[in-house]
Amino acid sequence: MALLEIRGLAAEVEGKPILRGVDLSLPEGEVHAIMGPNGSGKSTLAYVLAGREGYHVSAGSVRFDGEDLLAMDPEARAAAGLFLAFQYPVELPGVGNANFLRTALNAVRRARAEPEIDAMKFLKEARAALKRLSMSEEMLKRNVNVGFSGGEKKRNEIFQMALLRPRLAILDETDSGLDIDALKIVANGVNALRGEKFSALVITHYQRLLDHIVPDKVHVLSEGRIVRSGGPELALSLEESGYAGLVAEAAA
Amino acid sequence: MSAVAETIETVSAVTEGGYKWGFETEIETELAPKGLSEETIRLISARKNEPEWLLAWRLKAFAAWQSMTEPGWARVTHPAIDYQAIHYYAAPKKPAPRNLSEVDPELLRTYEKLGIPLSEQAALAGVEGSRVAVDAVFDSVSVATTFRKTLARAGVIFCPISEAVREHPELVRRYLGSVVPPGDNFFAALNSAVFTDGSFVFVPKGVRCPMELSTYFRINARSTGQFERTLIIAEDGAYVSYLEGCTAPMRDENQLHAAVVELVALNEAEIKYSTVQNWYPGDAEGRGGIFNFVTKRGACRGRKSKISWTQVETGSAITWKYPSCILQGAESVGAFYSVALTNNFQQADTGTKMLHLGPDTKSTIVSKGISAGRSNNTYRGLVRIMPRAARARNFTQCDSLLIGDRCGAHTVPYIESRNATARIEHEATTSKIAEDQLFYCRSRGLSEEDSVNLIVNGFCREVLKELPMEFAVEAQKLLALSLEGSVG
Ligand SMILES: Nc1ncnc2c1ncn2[C@@H]1O[C@H](COP(=O)(O)OP(=O)(O)O)[C@@H](O)[C@H]1O
Ligand SMILES: [Mg+2]
Repeated sequence: MALLEIRGLAAEVEGKPILRGVDLSLPEGEVHAIMGPNGSGKSTLAYVLAGREGYHVSAGSVRFDGEDLLAMDPEARAAAGLFLAFQYPVELPGVGNANFLRTALNAVRRARAEPEIDAMKFLKEARAALKRLSMSEEMLKRNVNVGFSGGEKKRNEIFQMALLRPRLAILDETDSGLDIDALKIVANGVNALRGEKFSALVITHYQRLLDHIVPDKVHVLSEGRIVRSGGPELALSLEESGYAGLVAEAAA
Repeated sequence: MSAVAETIETVSAVTEGGYKWGFETEIETELAPKGLSEETIRLISARKNEPEWLLAWRLKAFAAWQSMTEPGWARVTHPAIDYQAIHYYAAPKKPAPRNLSEVDPELLRTYEKLGIPLSEQAALAGVEGSRVAVDAVFDSVSVATTFRKTLARAGVIFCPISEAVREHPELVRRYLGSVVPPGDNFFAALNSAVFTDGSFVFVPKGVRCPMELSTYFRINARSTGQFERTLIIAEDGAYVSYLEGCTAPMRDENQLHAAVVELVALNEAEIKYSTVQNWYPGDAEGRGGIFNFVTKRGACRGRKSKISWTQVETGSAITWKYPSCILQGAESVGAFYSVALTNNFQQADTGTKMLHLGPDTKSTIVSKGISAGRSNNTYRGLVRIMPRAARARNFTQCDSLLIGDRCGAHTVPYIESRNATARIEHEATTSKIAEDQLFYCRSRGLSEEDSVNLIVNGFCREVLKELPMEFAVEAQKLLALSLEGSVG
């Protein structure tokens, strides 16, 4: 069985149906891309998988490593190894980035019955991760996302991912608004984790990111359904023909 | 229901070598009848061997109190307090718990969460015979002795105010009531008439007090809860930081608390006064809990003097408290940093008064109110600029955070300026803990409760960072504890 099995998933927000039967199977160790026009439900899918309140599942099922993902609290999903890099990372005034990350890391470790990590060891790991990601240590002292530029917020998400080492990362348009250097940093962050024990759903609007994170598969989401799946070449052809043709084709 | 329970007076509950209370044993047997009259006050004064002037001072305060009525302007409601049903001196002792199993399990659970060792728990809970344990834990005899020696060498006086009345009468007489006059307000008058003890601190000219002074280590702090009287004086160029309270709630049978704190800062002196207030807030249904009516005021008498109040208020059923600064000296500076957290049915009406009298005086107010459950939290602040306070400046920031939708937050700022050169800035925000912040934290693995704590601590950061380090850590734990059950 695949690490993530989504079957017939339908979800609504404020009574409005957004996802209308999503099927997707992500085997362990693979990276899949999800592409689609604005408003097609990509973020909604990400939030449903991460367990956000207000995103009501009306039909279907999601299994994560064989477990019923939808029955779990958001924090239990994190402990099970799921990580969502937010499209719009949230600011936490007064909360230091280092403190936030260590609290998160230890919460996850406790849930997994692993020993907590002390402040010294944490700092060492955090500094190493920052270095790998070509980020400044200044990052640790600042308040979570407060006063960060758009690019810094996205990189901070990747930094968190690097420390939390998820089994499944969902990246929601982490590439949007990044210049090419920042884009490479993000891609390196993902590629560094790639391996048998790491899987990812990379949500993106553009083919550009997929030059750097080469996916095993590409899915196209439109109006709450996956209308097309294929290899990396699908992303390329989309780049040329745009979503319009594809969406029309699906509707026909 | 009578709003007032029994008074317990166990003077000098924790022993100390060389500390002389001549009548310690008498107190346990001699009772004053319930109620407040001239006779009660004479008895208190006589028992304490007080000089004539202090008795006269108390009686004057009592006369003033009799002509006053309880203030009704605060946004708090409570059943009428029967002042004649209180023992003002040496009430009959309720039997102390004989061991921890007789102590309220809620209280023990709190101690456990705060990481207080068992032996210390017993002492805080007032278990019979537990003073030995307190000695063992705090090593109080040696702590007290070494720290008295260090202070004495520096010339700092730090002792119970009743001792100061005997040993330093001229100082007490000069300053007592000079900041909060006996007839200042209803509760201050009551306190002036019947106060039993409190702290006295005197830091002489040019001396920087070599350590933080803490009631935690003041040996008899345990017994002085109800009508506490504190007086702190910093002479020219002196500095002192004073910590009041303890994060562990103590077993306390008193329902009414009315303390008075007076601070006096002379030329270029600085006083930092930090409080963690954690009296019993009552249960989740709003039964019981302390009524805390406090008058705290500091006088910046000297040029370039500084007074700052930092408070973390999580306890009491009712908090009525406005630590204030009278900025008299030119270029004097007042500050008020406050976190007030209310949960369940708690009511807090708290804030500050900054009275700018001298030119170039400055004040800063940072107030963080957190309301959860069905509680009500009011910030009430006055900034008054007098005609001679040229170029006075005030900055006020008042933020309220709501948890849930059954609680209330209210901000009542009064601003009066009688000098056109003054500059006053006021910022206020009210927010709810945002769903997206909670979800962000939870998606990283934090439980809902831990997420709320993290967000609340972040919200209070500007105030917590004003506290001495260990106190700040304790205060964070306390905030978490006080919020328990407010989410989910
Ligand atoms: N919180 C919300 N309340 C109401 N409508 C929403 C909400 N979130 C998303 N939607 C709607 O759901 C649809 C899909 O949105 P989204 O999942 O953000 O798409 P994408 O990420 O693909 O751009 C859009 O029509 C959007 O307006
Ligand atoms: Mg989106």
